Amino acid sequence: MKHIRNSALATLVATTMLASPVLAAGTHPTTGEPLADDQTFTYRVLDEHSSVDPQVVEDVTGAEVVRDLFEGLMNQDEEGNLVPGVATGFTTNDDKTVYTFTLRDNAKWSNGDPVVAGDFVYAWQRAVDPELSSPYAWYMEITSIENAAKIIAGDAPITDLGVKAIDDRTLEIRLSAPLPYFATMTTHSTLFPAPRSVIEAHGADWTKPENIVSNGAYVLTEHLPNERSVRERNPMYWDNENTIIDKVVALVINDENVALTRYMAGELDRTEVPAGQFPRLKEEHPEEAISFPRLCNYYYTFNLSNDGPEQFKDVRVRKALAMAVDRKIIVENVLAGGQPEAYSFTPAAVANFEPPASEMASMTQAERDAKAKELLAEAGYGPDNPLKFSMIYNTSESHKKIAVAMSQMWKQKLGVEAELGNMEWKVFLETRGNQDFELARGAWCGDYNEASTFLDLLTTPSGYNDGKFSSAEIDSLMTQARTASETSDLYTRVEAIIAQEQPVIPIYHYAGVYMLDSDVGNWPVNNVEQNWYSKNLYKIAE
Amino acid sequence: MLGYSIRRLLAAIPTLLLLIAASFVLIQVAPGGPFTSERPLPPQVLANIEARYGLDQPMWKQFWDYLYNIVFHFDFGPSFKFKDRDVNDIIAQGFPISLTYGFLSFLAATSVGVTLGVAAAIRHNTWIDYFAVSLGIAAQALPNFIMGPILILVFTLYLGWLPGGGWNGGAWPYLIMPVIALSTSYMGSIARITRSSMLEVLNSNYIRTARAKGIPERQIIWKHAMKPTLLPVVSYLGPVFVYVLTGSVFVDIYFSTGGLGQAYVGSALSRDYSVLLGVTILYGGLTVLVNLITDLAYAWFDPKIRY
Repeated sequence: MKHIRNSALATLVATTMLASPVLAAGTHPTTGEPLADDQTFTYRVLDEHSSVDPQVVEDVTGAEVVRDLFEGLMNQDEEGNLVPGVATGFTTNDDKTVYTFTLRDNAKWSNGDPVVAGDFVYAWQRAVDPELSSPYAWYMEITSIENAAKIIAGDAPITDLGVKAIDDRTLEIRLSAPLPYFATMTTHSTLFPAPRSVIEAHGADWTKPENIVSNGAYVLTEHLPNERSVRERNPMYWDNENTIIDKVVALVINDENVALTRYMAGELDRTEVPAGQFPRLKEEHPEEAISFPRLCNYYYTFNLSNDGPEQFKDVRVRKALAMAVDRKIIVENVLAGGQPEAYSFTPAAVANFEPPASEMASMTQAERDAKAKELLAEAGYGPDNPLKFSMIYNTSESHKKIAVAMSQMWKQKLGVEAELGNMEWKVFLETRGNQDFELARGAWCGDYNEASTFLDLLTTPSGYNDGKFSSAEIDSLMTQARTASETSDLYTRVEAIIAQEQPVIPIYHYAGVYMLDSDVGNWPVNNVEQNWYSKNLYKIAE
Repeated sequence: MLGYSIRRLLAAIPTLLLLIAASFVLIQVAPGGPFTSERPLPPQVLANIEARYGLDQPMWKQFWDYLYNIVFHFDFGPSFKFKDRDVNDIIAQGFPISLTYGFLSFLAATSVGVTLGVAAAIRHNTWIDYFAVSLGIAAQALPNFIMGPILILVFTLYLGWLPGGGWNGGAWPYLIMPVIALSTSYMGSIARITRSSMLEVLNSNYIRTARAKGIPERQIIWKHAMKPTLLPVVSYLGPVFVYVLTGSVFVDIYFSTGGLGQAYVGSALSRDYSVLLGVTILYGGLTVLVNLITDLAYAWFDPKIRY
């Protein structure tokens, strides 16, 4: 079988070479760079992926694999712009509640079957099916597809989902609320198609390398959990002739320092840089050490619920604490990976978002410190009556360093006594989720490139609002934003309220800090969501 | 001795049941559950998931179903974290790996350790003794979580002789560093125990008698001194054997071997109840079995012990 597949591949490669002489010459068709003979991309992952089932996967590592194995209606390019995937395009009605996608006629599954609209209908119904109980069913709810919430709750059959195959090439989606960015949401794995016949034949085992059938540029050929997973070129993929990377290997390496050593030994093409090591690596390997903004924030949240401490109910106390944190020291001396300092909750890298001109951001640190002292004194705290509270974070070396730095800054500048407490991850989540804390660490990565993915966290009904901050004004602005055609202003106003009320202390925004071998071409550093596709990469001859 | 073995194995059943029950309760008492996450799931989604894994049932029912599936179907349930895999899968994949490098480490630690210890004892207070003792102490003192990264640094980065990690079906270049890292400290302990035990035996009356009778030294050591020397070593080896198989999480972490140690610790952190329980039962059963083998080995080494 393997032999047959290989010879089919050889034929295909041969035809491809005839069809595109540029590739045959071993140079990149657009950039003209010489291509390496071995087109294998090897990268490090921190942990074993949770699944490669598109409707089930819930972790970033798994989503990266799934994005190579399967293809949704739309893809993202290197800049994060929307480009055609299985669909060649879409139309929508005026109030953005009905989307109609046209599917390309040459999209195929790796077993040769055509990819049809029904494959999407099946997959999306699967995603909301209580029987599959996908941990990402909530994503289907936020797409606003008609009846998604009802089906998840078990109040309607899955066939009621607002998605229909008009014919094999036409997919119609009905939304319960207008959603201008619905098409961008189709780049997420939950909305990828699924091969019905394979899933029905193999059940939960369908994602094993020997069973899996997928429609992306790669197929899963090997999986040794906690060690490696390998995906190789899918000769049935409609755009296979423009794919350059033949093989992608993900190696699970838990320890980031070992990963760095193995990168240095040439075993890896990409790995994360351990905190604090970026400046040295940048100096020694300027071509390889890279840092670019990511869509994630790092903050501390006050407990503003009724169970929360009385002192934090005073906005002056919250502001004083936020001002006295010297973010420059944290990003330059503790993290040292090119992370931007944060004065807004939403990272500035988010598309169509303009951070407000906040008072804090425009001050120097000395001015902030003076202001912080003033505010705290006004609130009635001083040397005789020092402010005391506890702050918690989940166990990690870098969280600890940041917490220690913050508590020292507060102690030295304001005489505040903050007691540090670290907790194992699940205990931490439970404690924070039950509002059993005073000040707690938080971090959030955007699900899509839009400010609401961050700002929704601070709305009253949000299940992720662990600080229980509540502002009627923010709630109403965010409700407006859901249907508004121009949202940028609304989000800026929400951030201005956050800056005023200070329910959270934004510390920094994440950066992707990598060692990336200089022979890897086209890594999408400008895609802030870091949705990368191996099919767009290539290895340059050294 | 057969009767004794059967009795011991039967006695293991209540021990294991108790272990399962205690683990079952303790895991559930720990704060946070398998589906606690940074993004709390909407209540309905969470309810669907809990129903799927039977977590909405009363605890006694969950426990009963769990035991029933193990006893009658040999099914340890699905993993809560790795949605495409079940516990049987995870153990079947990881255990042979742990067993391979664990067993090799055990062999290496025992053979090198005993040889060093015996050599040191026979050449008491010579340079061989000093060398063996220093080597033993150094090996014992170097923690394996330091040893792992150092080995990778030297053999992978500086010398470029060995791959920095991975399994590759257990090919020998992938085995060398894990085996060195895992066996070194046990080797040190075994060498020291063997040495002091051998010294004690060599000073005993019956050895003096043997020497007085003019039996050649070689024969005295191999025929008369060796077996009693190994008694304390064997009682140390039992737990070591279980430990090299179970306590190998650092090998999995530093050398990415894909063994069971990593899955075990990972399951505790992610509250993957079923994986944690499954591996606990496996390790528990293994401990019972190895203890039995150790006891039987005593009988061979020391005829004074009767069952």
